[in-house]
Amino acid sequence: MTQITPDIVREHGLSEEEYARIIRLMNREPNFVELGIFSVMWSEHCSYKSTRFHLRKLPTKAPWVLQGPGENAGVIDIGDGDACIFKMESHNHPSFIEPYQGAATGVGGIMRDVFTMGARPVAMMNALRFGEPSHPKTRHLVSGVVSGIGGYGNCMGVPTVGGEVNFHRSYNGNILVNAMCVGLARADNIFLSAAKGAGNPVVYIGSKTGRDGIHGATMASAEFDDASEEKRPTVQVGDPFTEKLLLEACLELMATDAIIAIQDMGAAGLTSSSAEMGDKGGSGIELDLDKVPQREANMTAYEMMLSESQERMLAVLKPGREAEAERIFKKWELDFAVIGITTDTKRLVIKHHGGVVADLPITALSDEAPVYERAYETQRPKSGQPKFDAKKSVTDSLVKILSSPDMCSRRWVWEQYDYTVMADTAQQPGGDAAVVRVHGTNKALAITTDVSPRYCKADPFEGAKQAVAEAWRNITAVGARPLAVTDNLNFGNPQKPEIMWQIVAGIDGIGAACCALDFPVISGNCSLYNETNGEGIHPTPAIGAVGLMANVHRMATVAFKRPGDAIILIGETRGHLGQSIYVREIEGREEGAAPPVDLAAEKKNGDFVRKLIEDGRIDTAHDVSDGGVLVALAEMALAGNIGAEVGVAGETPEAIPFFYGEDQGRYLLAAPPDVADKIDQEAEKSGIVVALLGKTGGDKIAIAREGEVLLSKLRKAHEGWFPAYMSGEEVPLTN
Amino acid sequence: MKSAVVVFPASNCDRDAATALEQMTGSKPHMVWHQEKDLPDVDLVVLPGGFSYGDYLRCGAMASQSAIMRAVKEHAEKGGAVLGICNGFQVLTETHLLPGALMRNADLKFVCRPVGLEVNETQSVYTRKYSHGERVVFPVAHGDGNYFADDETLNRLEGEGRVVFRYAEGDNPNGSARNIAGILNEKRNVLGLMPHPERVVDPLLGGTDGRKLFESLIETLS
Repeated sequence: MTQITPDIVREHGLSEEEYARIIRLMNREPNFVELGIFSVMWSEHCSYKSTRFHLRKLPTKAPWVLQGPGENAGVIDIGDGDACIFKMESHNHPSFIEPYQGAATGVGGIMRDVFTMGARPVAMMNALRFGEPSHPKTRHLVSGVVSGIGGYGNCMGVPTVGGEVNFHRSYNGNILVNAMCVGLARADNIFLSAAKGAGNPVVYIGSKTGRDGIHGATMASAEFDDASEEKRPTVQVGDPFTEKLLLEACLELMATDAIIAIQDMGAAGLTSSSAEMGDKGGSGIELDLDKVPQREANMTAYEMMLSESQERMLAVLKPGREAEAERIFKKWELDFAVIGITTDTKRLVIKHHGGVVADLPITALSDEAPVYERAYETQRPKSGQPKFDAKKSVTDSLVKILSSPDMCSRRWVWEQYDYTVMADTAQQPGGDAAVVRVHGTNKALAITTDVSPRYCKADPFEGAKQAVAEAWRNITAVGARPLAVTDNLNFGNPQKPEIMWQIVAGIDGIGAACCALDFPVISGNCSLYNETNGEGIHPTPAIGAVGLMANVHRMATVAFKRPGDAIILIGETRGHLGQSIYVREIEGREEGAAPPVDLAAEKKNGDFVRKLIEDGRIDTAHDVSDGGVLVALAEMALAGNIGAEVGVAGETPEAIPFFYGEDQGRYLLAAPPDVADKIDQEAEKSGIVVALLGKTGGDKIAIAREGEVLLSKLRKAHEGWFPAYMSGEEVPLTN
Repeated sequence: MKSAVVVFPASNCDRDAATALEQMTGSKPHMVWHQEKDLPDVDLVVLPGGFSYGDYLRCGAMASQSAIMRAVKEHAEKGGAVLGICNGFQVLTETHLLPGALMRNADLKFVCRPVGLEVNETQSVYTRKYSHGERVVFPVAHGDGNYFADDETLNRLEGEGRVVFRYAEGDNPNGSARNIAGILNEKRNVLGLMPHPERVVDPLLGGTDGRKLFESLIETLS
């Protein structure tokens, strides 16, 4: 076996101190296989060693939370014995190296996390960040990632119902691909990963093991440099066909009571699945690698333990139930093999060719893994309000903003995803939140992903707060009650004190907002070291969230429904232009303070709006976010193909800050005038800031004293940029 | 009307088809596994959408060789109704129950969106409740829906009134020859179409234009 040298230790991403710790825990030097196992289990990706200390601060409990962080995914109770299971996860590094397979296997991985718990996946979302449009790799990456997500999700027959796409130069060398999966199960039939008890068979199901993806988890825990593309062999290759069979076979097996524990083989494959199952069950696991179904000849124990071949699961069955399980997997033409047994030794023992090739205490891989309270250096958040040219045309700016890379229609993206399969998609991409009916009922889930990285860069605490608040607001705007959050924390190198500050402040911001909004975090994922040649990405704590509505027929949508409706603005407008889309797109500067979120007002305004929708009084609502009031208004007009006449209202007389300010906690509603008057009075009585902006109608957006613009012109601007850019035409490339 | 839905490995609109059939007929269809050799006694067999065998080799090619397809062919030869939707249409062309082939979409991208269709023929068990030339909207969701056949075949299909659905002018999502979205076999009992009528039977999901297709079948076959 390979002799372990300091160089080999370093190549495995382990520090000298960490190696010394391994020797202490083992009471001896590890062999090469054991070193490989430690290296993946102690990687940032698997161990959360830089964030674990801070993640403990997040609120994770509520009466409706059935399973918080720590399992494959989180679980919430949605009534009537139904449970909703969801999680978001990143596949950033592989997607930059090989965008199609990287994104595809990201989708496959998160789906397995959800169906390994007994849920049928019912919706996918994705949050994507690319480099600036003018960067030579951006088109290639957008094209590959989008077709990879579609290629996998479409074949699985799970609708991809929404997400986000942003462009910014901070992602030029390190794109972000975060995928979220939402599934449904019965609350009394949830499967966990604790391999309790000794003497139970450990079975391997799914695809064969090959040499692909070896050390993926370690790659995901290091910075990129110019040589990173040479790491292509560490990217896994996805096979959605096998995954679809695996899904159906697992659900069929789960309908029996043969399973004690089950876990997908994701990052670090056999190693992490066996170690985690043993750890959670307080048991030991003994595996015989000769029994592992193999795709290639002469694989070593090291390769098999570190392979990240896709579409595989590890399960512990009740003794004597192997034949029953095997029958199901044979029906679906999948590999099935008993490869080991649980023990009471709390050790992970790996055998190969008749000998023991690894023998280590499981707690050394989990509880005893290093946890770092890394040093951080508090920075001063950006402050102040940017200057702007008050003479610029409000309507010309609207056309320009709606056709900018970050604000134009994402139709080019989501038309490549099957968003209608499963025949329960009540609200398709393009609205505030996707709405997916719970099959066979009248209730529905509302699903969204949100974060504004430019706010987080200016002020990680307020930016993270805002991400949670916006997710909560998007769910509220369709009329659903926000229930829980999954967070996907994408940051740079945590060993840099200024980056570590972004992480700590970001987690604090999420915690503050989740506490105030009663919106617990039930699952999540950290992706650190998102840096290339020492340059970190914008801090991007993506928030995925799920809410519940009792009556899907009462959901609100953004589209104007009728001419003559009064347009109501809920929430206070101060005209906050710091870090706004307006100042970036029109003035060409990224400056000022991120908009602060008043969480008490956020809750009060949102609860008011939701009640109006639930009571069937409001069917048209839109949250006001990127681009401010006028962009929200234009999106409502375009969606309904009905124009509007509006004017400045309230105490912000200047048109530009009024229409383009990004103050938080606001909604635009539309309703017949008599209903609107009542809502106006009720809001004032409840101490909610409210203003009537004008009315719907016509074929243009007309702004008192500022001019007008035809919807047809706005639509062309809004729909045109993405397809033109992707087909290589000359388009404005700034953002 | 008694119906069956065939389930191939990685069919994924089998549940949607079953839901729509149950909603329209009031009874659950039989779900038939591809390895079965016989069909139950039914009036209608649905080959659902999806990615049978992962679309490997060619869309529908492997499924066309599965055991159940022999029984489906016999059912069709006896005049029984066979409806192939999306991947089901691809299986029907691969089985030669319908002529032509479905190639990669002209722009090489998967496309999911509602498309405008024209009902071109009402003389069929599938469309008798529609009116001639009626405009309907069904969603499409496919990567390989670009219908191709030689001119002689296309002329014959048109001449014999077998082009049942056409994409509305300017709304052809995949480059199909002569805007063809759905065709009948010679005996007019087998229909293949790329758009998804089963996804438009519930108003919540964006329309009910697909209902008349099922109502036509129920009226004829019940």
